[in-house]
Amino acid sequence: MHKVVRWRAVASFAWSVLLLPVTTSLFVFLSQASLLHPIQWITDSLCLLTASSTMFSLLLLSAVVLVIGIFIQEYCTVIPSIPCSRVALLAKVLHPRQCVHSLSHCSLGMLVTWCAAVTIGGRYRTLSHPCSESENVGQMCLNEYHLFLLLAGAFMGYSHSLLGVVQNMNYVAFHAVQQHKYMHFKGSLPRVVKCSAVQSLYSLRNYIVLYYFFGYGPRLWISQILNLQLDGSSHFLDTVAGLLDFSLLYHLWISGTFLMLTWFITVFLFRIYVSEAYSFPVQSTFTEDAEMCLPKVLSCKEPMVMKFLALQDLALLSQHSPVRRQEVFSLSQPGGHAHNWNAISRECLSLLTDLTQRLVAHHDAVASNGRPKSQGSSTVEDLPKAYPSVSKTPGSVFLRSSTVGLNSPMTAPFTPDLDSPFSSPVIRRLTAQEDPASPWFGSVQSPHVMRRGPKLWSASTGFLAKRALVLYLFNKLPEASGQALFADSQAHIWALEGLSHLVAASYTEDRFGVVQTTLPNILSSMLMLLEAVDRHFKLPHASSKPSRATCSMGDSTHKTLRFALRAALKTALYRITTTFGEHLHAVQMSAEHRKRMQQFLEYKE
Amino acid sequence: MCSLALFPPPLLDGEITLYESNNELVSGTSASSCPKQEWDPPSLIFPRETLKSHSRPESSSKSAFLDHKDTLWMRSAGAWRDAGLSGLLEEIANRPDEVPKWLSVGSGCMLALLRWISSFHGSLFPHLTLSSEAMVAEFSQVLKWSDGAVRGFAWHPHTDKFAVALLDDTIRIYNSKSATSPTLKHRLQRSVSSLQWKPLCASELAVACHNCLLVWHIDPTSLSTRPSSGCAQVLSHPGHSPVTSIAWSPSGSLLVSASPVDTAMLVWDVAIESCVPLQRVGGGGVTFLSWAPDGGRVLAATPSALFRVWETRMWTCERWPCLKGRLQTGCWSPDGTRLLFSVQNEMVIYALTFSDSPGGPKAASVVADLSETTFSGPNGDVTVGGEVQSLAWDPKGERLAVLMKGVSEAPERPAVIAVFRTRTSPAFELLPCGFIKGEPGVEPRLMQFHPQFQHGALLTLCWSNGKITHLPFYFVSAGATTATCLPHHTAKGTEFSSQLLYTDHSS
Repeated sequence: MHKVVRWRAVASFAWSVLLLPVTTSLFVFLSQASLLHPIQWITDSLCLLTASSTMFSLLLLSAVVLVIGIFIQEYCTVIPSIPCSRVALLAKVLHPRQCVHSLSHCSLGMLVTWCAAVTIGGRYRTLSHPCSESENVGQMCLNEYHLFLLLAGAFMGYSHSLLGVVQNMNYVAFHAVQQHKYMHFKGSLPRVVKCSAVQSLYSLRNYIVLYYFFGYGPRLWISQILNLQLDGSSHFLDTVAGLLDFSLLYHLWISGTFLMLTWFITVFLFRIYVSEAYSFPVQSTFTEDAEMCLPKVLSCKEPMVMKFLALQDLALLSQHSPVRRQEVFSLSQPGGHAHNWNAISRECLSLLTDLTQRLVAHHDAVASNGRPKSQGSSTVEDLPKAYPSVSKTPGSVFLRSSTVGLNSPMTAPFTPDLDSPFSSPVIRRLTAQEDPASPWFGSVQSPHVMRRGPKLWSASTGFLAKRALVLYLFNKLPEASGQALFADSQAHIWALEGLSHLVAASYTEDRFGVVQTTLPNILSSMLMLLEAVDRHFKLPHASSKPSRATCSMGDSTHKTLRFALRAALKTALYRITTTFGEHLHAVQMSAEHRKRMQQFLEYKE
Repeated sequence: MCSLALFPPPLLDGEITLYESNNELVSGTSASSCPKQEWDPPSLIFPRETLKSHSRPESSSKSAFLDHKDTLWMRSAGAWRDAGLSGLLEEIANRPDEVPKWLSVGSGCMLALLRWISSFHGSLFPHLTLSSEAMVAEFSQVLKWSDGAVRGFAWHPHTDKFAVALLDDTIRIYNSKSATSPTLKHRLQRSVSSLQWKPLCASELAVACHNCLLVWHIDPTSLSTRPSSGCAQVLSHPGHSPVTSIAWSPSGSLLVSASPVDTAMLVWDVAIESCVPLQRVGGGGVTFLSWAPDGGRVLAATPSALFRVWETRMWTCERWPCLKGRLQTGCWSPDGTRLLFSVQNEMVIYALTFSDSPGGPKAASVVADLSETTFSGPNGDVTVGGEVQSLAWDPKGERLAVLMKGVSEAPERPAVIAVFRTRTSPAFELLPCGFIKGEPGVEPRLMQFHPQFQHGALLTLCWSNGKITHLPFYFVSAGATTATCLPHHTAKGTEFSSQLLYTDHSS
């Protein structure tokens, strides 16, 4: 089942390793830059490229890329987790799982810059060098340049990991425009290079400020541990004079860009490979393939990515492939049941109904609380999930992976961490959507459970709320709760597209009339969702658009998914109404829905 | 092959083409003798004199407003923000008294180098040396775009509603179901080159502007006559200006935009305001886009003798080099399998047939010859024919309107619209229908077919005097089983209509 994703991941890592020699030689070439001696520049670079140290670095870098790849695969998700308040974000950063991520990226960054230091050579090559001062002749001194570079790598690795949380770097977005992998990569490569250069520049600035103030500490520590002297003859690097060294800054920036580039390319290739469309068979004659059939995969909840791929495939087949549509509309051979259509429409409708319920519950919660963004006590919604409860310690990565290893090895990467109290409620709701025993299901059914919550919380956190810092931390980020509601809306968009295209196609292609039986259901689900979405967009902050990030590798598509969902929903309804036209009057629906439908028929929506 | 010699002779001055009935164009002396329908689209007139065009030169007004007492660094920062590197260099090079000599001389040299490089680039692609207004005028589908009162026209794909873009950078919307006609104005809505309604949507209108795309959301139930600029989404991308052509996907999900300056064509997901640039080597820009009605292919023309046909599932493209010049215009058959196009400097219409089987067509075939033809009439000889400015094919695939450029120096050779009757099955055929004649001394500038006309086809024409008229073609569609009731008929001889002029047996 998850073989598909595993092989895709392996292929993407293989490509990123294969691209490593290219980026490395580019780095070598740029690191040896000397504009005044171009011939020497070229010969030096060529010599360095064939040197054994470069080969060793290359091996080491390949290992680093593989480890990074494993981390990406482990942590990536198709549903972004959106922290609803600052404390939730803080909790996300301090989560043990994230700490492991950060620390390993720290050391991997150090490893990469060590390779870079060895490659650049010269004064960066080793950690120690013979002292030049007269009183220390014969002793070894600490080479601060080497240390400076290593610490820069560690810092960049850490900030990469941190920014990954803030910018949702692990989120794999699916794009509306399908392209061949090579074209997609080629088209976006300039952006990746630009991003890594800019990101490296920002990290560099932060690092230099940090080193200027605190560089003294690690230098002293390392020199004491390794019993090295501090060379007093040259400037220390935590002084203005020491830092105003153009060649040092250039090499630092080049190394940082190199580090970011190799990592970003790995992330980027992984995203391209995973989000590529996969064609599932609609039905299969062999029982061993039955697990891979579209209706089966659609209804599975386990690896979210497979469900997303199946929905994407449904949207594509409904639009482009008459042959496969025919299979969807077909009847089963003995019995004459429309199993395929029933399974597909049921799954899509349950997705839509789930979103409707979620929106209604959110709206009710907001309405019962007065304004959604009132101060302090109204942070009901995010407090329970954001507050790190002591009793329930989040499972560490090791713990989790060991338990996962017992069940099935590949469930982990794309299923968000459900045990964690910090995970977005959406994810928990989504996975527990049809589980009547789950507490969320109950709260959807009876909104007053939700209303009871706030009073308890306002009583217990009453005195805390008076403090400004707590207020700041617990205050809900204005747009985040809206974004969190629609975090998985890509699935709904595909469901809407798939359903509406299939229904529109059924007008001419459905020979047995299987779609007709579900048409009233489909229309009423869509209209109910439209009503809920319309109500949601009347809330404050719902229709404000986030500012566009200029250059980041994190995909910010999730911030605007609600607009995409609204547009897809209206288009889906119009697709059905323009195809069926006046025939829709014969479809059973409530008077209210009929009125709304008439609006669509008259193009007044 | 069909040629203009087979057409009935053009009408005399004073007569106006009113409608088509019984396979023949009916003329009269005034527009009032047209048959009435349930909703007659309003015939509008926008006199050129009442519309004040914005004479806003892009850079000359800057010096009038910029405070020259700013420090050099403030001004440099402003120049960098407004005009990029070259602006910064120019600012520094022009102040030799305020900066060190080496800096001003150095930036002067850099500026010269940059200009030399860009002039070299411009010699490869001459259109890059045009100003952006001239570029829009050059590549627009509208004849004499810069001086006409009407700069764009768009029918709504599903209802009786249309939008008109005018010389004063406003857009007006006329609706059969409401008396209010909203006027759209926006700060960024300058030199509108193209506009199109979103399919499967009631309210969204995409507008290609000087340096951005605007997507207006006009609530059809609203009574407001001046929607605020908050109703417009602004989509812009660095290096993508001026936008000369846009096209919505027929499924309403994507929007493509093209600029002759940008070698990439942008595919927008409008709702989330993100775009994917699709770039291929060669061509030097994209000038004209047309999405096939079945959604499967997109035609993209470039300023050089090359055009591409994109397949929209995986976004791969076929390159089609032309011999004579760039592709000026093109249109798709309703089923999306046949593309008609014409090339600059050639007076013919080509056809390309696509099929789902691999391989595809190898070469385009000439289907109509529009070279100059002289008809002798009572008032002397009339010469008709020329290069094609734009093509329009009605949504039923039965009428093809061809707007041919006139000779601007000769007033007796104005632009002319020739209408062909077309048939796509069983074989592709072009038959002459007639020339469309307007009021004396007035030439057509822009035309578009109504997407949902029940009794045949309705061609909307924008004329050089700012008039917008609608010309119905009454016919029973070949595919229709039940004959719809036509308003009224005037039976006359049909000596020209029975000739079979072009048959494409390969299809």
